[in-house]
Amino acid sequence: MSFNEMLESDGSVRECYSQVQQWVESTGIAGLNRRLEEAEAIFRRIGITFAVYGEGGDPERLIPFDLLPRIFTAREWRTLDRGIRQRARALNAFLHDVYHRGEIIRAGIIPGDIVYRNDAYKLEMVGFTPPGRVYSHIVGIDIVRTGPASFEVLEDNCRTPSGVSYMLENREIMTRMFPDLFAQGLVAPVDDYPDQLLATLRDVAPPACKGEPVVVVLTPGSLNSAYYEHSFLADLMGVELVEPADLFVDEGRVWMKTTYGPKIVDVIYRRIDDDYLDPLTFRPDSMLGIPGIFNVYRNGGVTLCSAPGAGIADDKAVYIYVPDMIRFYLNEKPILANIPTWQCGKADERAYVLDNLHELVAKEVHGSGGYGMLIGPQSTKSEVEAYANRIRANPDQFIAQPTLDLSTVPTLGPASVVERHADFRPFCLVGKQIRLVPGGLTRVALTEGSLVVNSSQGGGVKDSWVLQD
Amino acid sequence: MLSRAAANLYWMARYMERAEATARLITMGQRMAILPGAHHRDEWRSVVKVTGCEDHFPPEAIVKESDIVAYLLLDLDNPSSVRSCLSRARANGKSIRTALTQDMWEALNEGWRKLDSYDVADARQQLPALIDWIKTRAMTFRGAADAGQLRNEGHDFLRIGGSIERAQMTLRLLDVKYYVLLPETEVVGGTRDHYQWTSVLHALSGSRAYHHVYGGAYTPWQITDFLMLNTLFPRSVAYCYRQIAYRLARLAESHNGLKPCHETIAQMVGSLDGINSGEIFRIGLHKSVVVGLGMTNRLAAEIAEAYHFD
Repeated sequence: MSFNEMLESDGSVRECYSQVQQWVESTGIAGLNRRLEEAEAIFRRIGITFAVYGEGGDPERLIPFDLLPRIFTAREWRTLDRGIRQRARALNAFLHDVYHRGEIIRAGIIPGDIVYRNDAYKLEMVGFTPPGRVYSHIVGIDIVRTGPASFEVLEDNCRTPSGVSYMLENREIMTRMFPDLFAQGLVAPVDDYPDQLLATLRDVAPPACKGEPVVVVLTPGSLNSAYYEHSFLADLMGVELVEPADLFVDEGRVWMKTTYGPKIVDVIYRRIDDDYLDPLTFRPDSMLGIPGIFNVYRNGGVTLCSAPGAGIADDKAVYIYVPDMIRFYLNEKPILANIPTWQCGKADERAYVLDNLHELVAKEVHGSGGYGMLIGPQSTKSEVEAYANRIRANPDQFIAQPTLDLSTVPTLGPASVVERHADFRPFCLVGKQIRLVPGGLTRVALTEGSLVVNSSQGGGVKDSWVLQD
Repeated sequence: MLSRAAANLYWMARYMERAEATARLITMGQRMAILPGAHHRDEWRSVVKVTGCEDHFPPEAIVKESDIVAYLLLDLDNPSSVRSCLSRARANGKSIRTALTQDMWEALNEGWRKLDSYDVADARQQLPALIDWIKTRAMTFRGAADAGQLRNEGHDFLRIGGSIERAQMTLRLLDVKYYVLLPETEVVGGTRDHYQWTSVLHALSGSRAYHHVYGGAYTPWQITDFLMLNTLFPRSVAYCYRQIAYRLARLAESHNGLKPCHETIAQMVGSLDGINSGEIFRIGLHKSVVVGLGMTNRLAAEIAEAYHFD
């Protein structure tokens, strides 16, 4: 039985959900569904859309929104808050280490191969220290819950995690439509996220910056699936949203083209992959990049957030060692657990995986977005066998994890409140200090029994509340 | 603001204006083509010349309405077709979404794919309704900008783009008369000449306004005076020039002073001040049009340079 976040095993409503329960009863399911239509109309009007690569259909469709909030108690959040900050610190310490002395590898804790022979590792970064020693400024940590006090990290996102616009918009819609729910001030606010993000980006101004740092958001353009979020964040921070063609390099600085002439840019929150940043340093065939920007970066003329090469910290092969990083760099006990993971490259672990594949989830080490993955219990015998052969052929390229019994959250169905599996992504900001707004994005699988919450596969989103004491 | 944002606002207005003007041209071509005896004269050729798409229609070809509808209304490979203009205006808007009001965005966004579903036969059958729809899109967009957009530099760039495109289209329409030759049996000032001139006025929705200004009689001199020199008619060349001059003066105040484009627009406004249509005809209407088009193109290039569009 999955852990039900709203109901006790005897069917009674948990204390933290009592207000929501009353609200559902007094409004009625039909009433809530009517309000849901209103909410969707508002989303569409504002233009919050989500483009899915390569799926055809409407390129600008709406991500489904669920009205019932997902709730964390103040006590639960205290643990999460400490665990998330701890992880963000350790990941940044790891990044600094692997681009300098590599102590954790010398100590024999992480095998050098999975770091140095990894595509996400950028040789160009070796020996360079970004401002404030921060590599990953926005760390999105995907967390699942499997029991009353069991929170586990599914994966880390150290490059440019997306979804924070939904966190903000979902709350905005809820407060606009149901002000009574928030009137008592029980729900911790999240709306200062853009201010905190801006403060974080200003924290890491490059040495060449004199005076107030000029911050921009760099987007690949309006065809990108997260374009709405890029323009939303730029708008709320009050900074320019630029495309690569708006920037150029001259005299050791980066400039943006304005109607007043060139203007210096100090900090770039880039929502564009490493490979497309600078054709002179990374991919020469990239049409997107800003030639010479990496050189300016290394010479302290501009700060790139996140740092190129930060992706090595969220690699699936490296993920396994995050608890070790926490012990090694921080000398602390990990607050949030990892999900047990078997590495097929190790003979004994591989044997276990091959024997139990029908019960496990197996993934490619470098895959993402649910591609190239096997969910054992939901696959046929021949699919499992075919996957086993792939593992035997290239064991280093695979990991496996137990099929998780994700917790369920109350979700509005057409005729009643139903239980659906969910995960959670908070956004931790790392500058001179670590900032974390009490909240995040809850993604929910809208199909009964489904464990897949990705918006590209029919998942929805909901507001996430952290209650205050 | 970012140069790209300024350029996008400027081009967005040009594309919307161009979409409307092209729709009006098609109406005009239709009007001329249904005049008695028109089918011998290749009237649609004039539309081809005015829109500068002669490369697409070799000189020996007879241009038919279906060709024009296919190329000027529906063809996505023709960057000036109505369909291209509407989709480019929307793409411009989307890439600078934060510089637009919600209403402006909706005006660009609504029905931008409508023309995708038309083939030439459908479009010809419903041509008047389609033309009206296109005009309404352009008017809704202008109305939204007028009523809601902040009067900052972005609005100035938007209005400059619209005015440049509009001046060019009025100039080109005046040129139609240069290309549509009168049949040998007809005389200047005859019925046919008269109809051709009034078609130009109709294309610009100017016939009522013309009556208010000049009374009943249509003469080429007065129509030219109206479309070139009248400072009250918002589609006249002189009005458009003055609008551009006003917007550029505002930009000079906020953007470190005068640039070459300011001198050019002053010259352009001056060139229409204190002359009358008689003088235009003495110089030659076609020649005046060519000079006007040249000046607006030069001005456009100087504006792009002054405010770092590329």
